[in-house]
This record gives sequence, structure tokens and C-alpha cells, in this order.
Amino acid sequence: MSAVAPPPPASAPTPARRSARDSSASWRWSDRLGLAFAWLLGLAFLAVTVAIVLYMMVQGIRYVRPELFVTPPAQGVSEADSGGFLDPLLGTVIVAAMAMAIAFPLGLAIGVWLSEFGNPGWLARLTESTIEMLAGSPSIVFALFGTLLFEQGALGFLSRTNDGVVYGRSFFAAATMLSLIALPLMVANVREGLQAIPAHVREASYAVGKTRIATVRRVLLPAARPSVVTGAMLGVGRVIGDTAIIVVLLGATLRFNGAGGVPLLSTLKGTGSTLTTFVYQNAPTGEINQPEKAFAAGFVLLSMVLALNFAVDVAARRGRRWR
Amino acid sequence: MSHTETPPPVRRLPLTGAEPRVVDTAEQRTVVMPAGSGAPSFVSAPRRKIASSPLAIDRMQVDRLSIAYGPKLAVKEVSLPIRQGEVLALIGPSGCGKTTLLRSLNRLTELTKTASMKGRILLDDEDIATLEPTALRRRVTMVFQQPNPFPMSVFDNVAYVLREQASRRPRKVALQGAVRSALERAGLYDEVAADLSHPALRLSGGQQQRLCIARALAADPEVLLLDEPCSALDPASTQRIEELIVALREQVAVVIVTHNLQQAYRIADRVAFMYLGELVEYGAAEQVFGSPREARTREYVSGGFG
Repeated sequence: MSAVAPPPPASAPTPARRSARDSSASWRWSDRLGLAFAWLLGLAFLAVTVAIVLYMMVQGIRYVRPELFVTPPAQGVSEADSGGFLDPLLGTVIVAAMAMAIAFPLGLAIGVWLSEFGNPGWLARLTESTIEMLAGSPSIVFALFGTLLFEQGALGFLSRTNDGVVYGRSFFAAATMLSLIALPLMVANVREGLQAIPAHVREASYAVGKTRIATVRRVLLPAARPSVVTGAMLGVGRVIGDTAIIVVLLGATLRFNGAGGVPLLSTLKGTGSTLTTFVYQNAPTGEINQPEKAFAAGFVLLSMVLALNFAVDVAARRGRRWR
Repeated sequence: MSHTETPPPVRRLPLTGAEPRVVDTAEQRTVVMPAGSGAPSFVSAPRRKIASSPLAIDRMQVDRLSIAYGPKLAVKEVSLPIRQGEVLALIGPSGCGKTTLLRSLNRLTELTKTASMKGRILLDDEDIATLEPTALRRRVTMVFQQPNPFPMSVFDNVAYVLREQASRRPRKVALQGAVRSALERAGLYDEVAADLSHPALRLSGGQQQRLCIARALAADPEVLLLDEPCSALDPASTQRIEELIVALREQVAVVIVTHNLQQAYRIADRVAFMYLGELVEYGAAEQVFGSPREARTREYVSGGFG
């Protein structure tokens, strides 16, 4: 057995492992101060965020009750007889679904076009700046523009109309403008996902006789799926959190207030509310002033957004395929 | 999107008839050449040849080809034949134009906006510029440096090539035979047969590269282009792929770009040495490595530069 080298004796002196602390011992004092400052700021922001979430959670759990989810809001002067938030909750879901029904296909198409085609170049650059401008605009501006747009007679079929006067407030109007908020997130993520795919993967598809379209549909979009999902979920998060567009374009009625006789269409043509406007109205400074309801609804809204963010994280982590 | 018909597969000329150009020289049978004075040390090493190819048929002819990226000339007036039955290795230092030459053979250079081309490339006596690019690329397929399977199952990676453009038809059952045959020719079938729905991106690097070769073979091409196919692989996978390439030359004309001179010597029948865009020397592997005619070739193959 002499051919086999004996294992090194356990007591052999090994060089002491340097701890990470040692390496910063040689730092200059200004660098150390900078590091300490960075740590402090990080902790401070963490503390603020945790405080907000914890406070909302604690308050929410105190006031949230199962019957609130199934009771529509009611006229009332006390917490006991002002009903629940069934309509606002449904309103949030409807608005998010409608806005994404517009923003998802549009954002996907624009993202693919920008990343894979982008011809002519000036149009691609113009589109990019437009999308960036949308991303940077405050949503109240979209809301104002929406009132102008949807009060036009030609678009009267999308909202309540009375003696030729177009009311201009409806789920259609709000969702259309909200889609503009989700659109930049969608475009940016689709584009980023496609551009993370190495060029040789595209060429491998071309090199077996596939067209660009076939490559996009069968290779690139499946590869970029996690980014597409991320974009959509971030978009939903923005849409359900927006207040300005809802206040201006969906109206201030907490309950669904349909317009016209067709069952589902009347709801969409009519006014209503979402969780954000419900919180706004029920907040201590709002018209209704039922803070317990506001905290309960805020808790639900926050939970929805946190769940979405978690889903985004999962999708992004599953997506790291390409080195 | 264009609905161009997928061209019928197999235009492979029979190995007899059609007056094949027979290249059957004594030097091809010789395994070890008397090494010249400046020959590199590996020239007396064994080669991977299973048997020398009985005959070779001209499949492609590169005729005074020049390619430029903008004002910069990458390939200068290169002419050479590409034959079924032979492995042609393109060697040369980085930036010598060998990859550009390879990519021009199935018009992938056209994806680069600034690229311009002069001269002709013939595929079975047809100018490839007159062919539909998608049709050409099914007849002249390519394998890349990085293993790049598509994010789908092993089966779908191969079936993707056989289906028409983005279509999902024909369905699984109809393609089983063709997919299996492609995987077998790439020497991968036995390893993946148990689960063809396994995601291709979870295979090992060497398996991924053989899947890419299977994909390239699925279209039943006449010419197979390989751009440094082993440079991202470990020695064991490299050996398998080299053996595979040598076996494949009977069915398809093989052109391989490689930085690895030993590899070129092990597997190539013909070697083209390129330098600064020029084709410096073209000849049988034994001759290029054993007794190069040009001083630049001698310097390069004996490790002088590059």
C-alpha cells in the first residue's frame, strides 16, 4: 500500500484563514466612514419600510374581517353600518384585468419589435423615447387627458351618456389610461429579456433555415418568458396601486353604478371604485372617514402587491438560463 | 410571415454516378508522413481516421470570394472546394477571416448590416446568392462555438428543424423516426432515449453540443459547418465529437473552424490555412502540417505565431 500517499496529518500547520474583517483593517479612514454611512443609510431605509409594512399589517389584521370581503359599501355614519369593500375589491380586479388586456399584447409587440427588428432606426429611437416619457409622466396627467378623450362624442359608447352629454367616466376609460402606466414596464422587461439571449442562439435558429418570425415565436419568446411574466406582474402592481386615474376617470361612487341595460357591459360602462379610492375616501381626511375600513382595505391592497412582488422574484429566479 | 414551402429533404448525390470527382491520392492513405524539418511535434501522433474516405464529391465551390465589414476586408479572394467525404479544417490566427468565411457559406454574414461580399459560392453548381436564404440554410447547416440548445425539450430541439417555420405540425408521432435518426447520427440517442422530453438545457455541455449537431443534421444537409465546436468542452466530450465528425464526413461535407492545430491534424483530410484574410495554403492535412509549402504556414503550424 506504499503507492497510496498517506493523508496529510491532521495536526499539519495550515495557514490561518483570514477573516473578512482583516481585509478592511487596512482601509483608509475615509473609506471606513463611507462604508459605515452606507450601512447606516441601508438600515434606515430598511427600518422605514419595515415600519410601514408592519404598521399596516398590524392595523389591517386588527380591523379586517371576513364579512368585509363579501359586503358592498353602504351609506352609513359608523364603522358598523358602512358595509364592506366587495365592490372596490372587484373593481380592482376588473381594472387590472382590463388594463393588462391592453398593455400585455401591446407591450409584448413593442418590446419584440424594438429588440428584434427596430427598423427603421429613427422610428425605434422615437418609440423608445415615447415609452420612456410614458414611464416618467405622473398618472394624473394621463387622467386629465383621459377626461378630454372619453368625453368626445365618438367615444360615448364607452361611458354613461345623458342627452348627448358624454359623462366620460367608466371602467373602460380608467383601464385604457391605466394600461399606459403598465406599458413601459412591460416593454422594458420584454426587451431586456430578449436582449439577454446571446446572439448565437438566434443565429443557431437562422442557421437551420428558420425565419426571424419563427425564431421569435419558438425560441426567443419561450426563452424570455420569465421576463415577460415579470413585466406583466410589475405592470399589474402599478395598475392596482394607482389612485389618480381611478379618482378622475372611474368616478367617486363606491358601489358599481351601471349604465345601460346590458348586464356585464353596463358595469364596465358605469362607474365604481377600487381599493385605492376606497382607502382614499375612508381615510381620516376623506369624505367618508371610516379609518378602520381604510386600514382593512389598505391591508388587502398591500398584501396583493407584496404577493405580486414575491411572484416576480420567483419568476426572475427561475429565468436565469443563459450564462 | 412568409409561407415558403420547406424544401424537400435529401438531395444527396449518390456516391456513384453523376461523375463524382475522385480524389484518391496516395498521401490520403498514409497515416504518418515523413516530417519535414520544421514540422510540429504532433505530426507523428496518431490520427482519428477510421479509414480513408474512398472518394470525395465536390459539394461547394468558393470562387474568388471577398468579404468586407464596412471598409475592412476580412476575406480576400479566397477560392477553395468543399467536398463530401472529407473534413476541411480552416486554421489560422484570430481575426484571419476563417469564421467569416465559414459564416458566408450559409449566408449568415448577411445578418451583419455592414458586411458586403464579392465573388461567388456555388452549392452543387448553383450560386447560393440565387437561393432563398432559409432554403440554403437547411442545406448548409451550422454548429456554433457555445452549445446553444433552444429552451425546449430534447425532442423539440430536433423536431423544430423538421417542422415548417413556427408551426407545431407535424406532431410528435410523425417525427419520431426522423428525430431518432438525427440523434443517432449525432451519437446522442442512447443517452437521451429514456426521456426525450427532458429539457435540453439540463444536459451536460458535451451532450448539448451533440444535440446541436443532431439539430444541424436533422435537416439532412449537404454541408455541415462547425465553428470551433469543441472549444467550450472538456477533453472527453471533445474526443467524442471528433470521432463523430470523422464518421460524419461520409454523409455530409464537413467544414470545421478550429484554433486547435492538434485537433485539425487529428480529424481533417484537407486543411486551409488563412492569414489576414488570405488563403495562404490549402492542401491535404499531412502536407500542410508535414511539409508546408509556404513559410507563413510553417511558422504557424510549428507554433511560431498566432
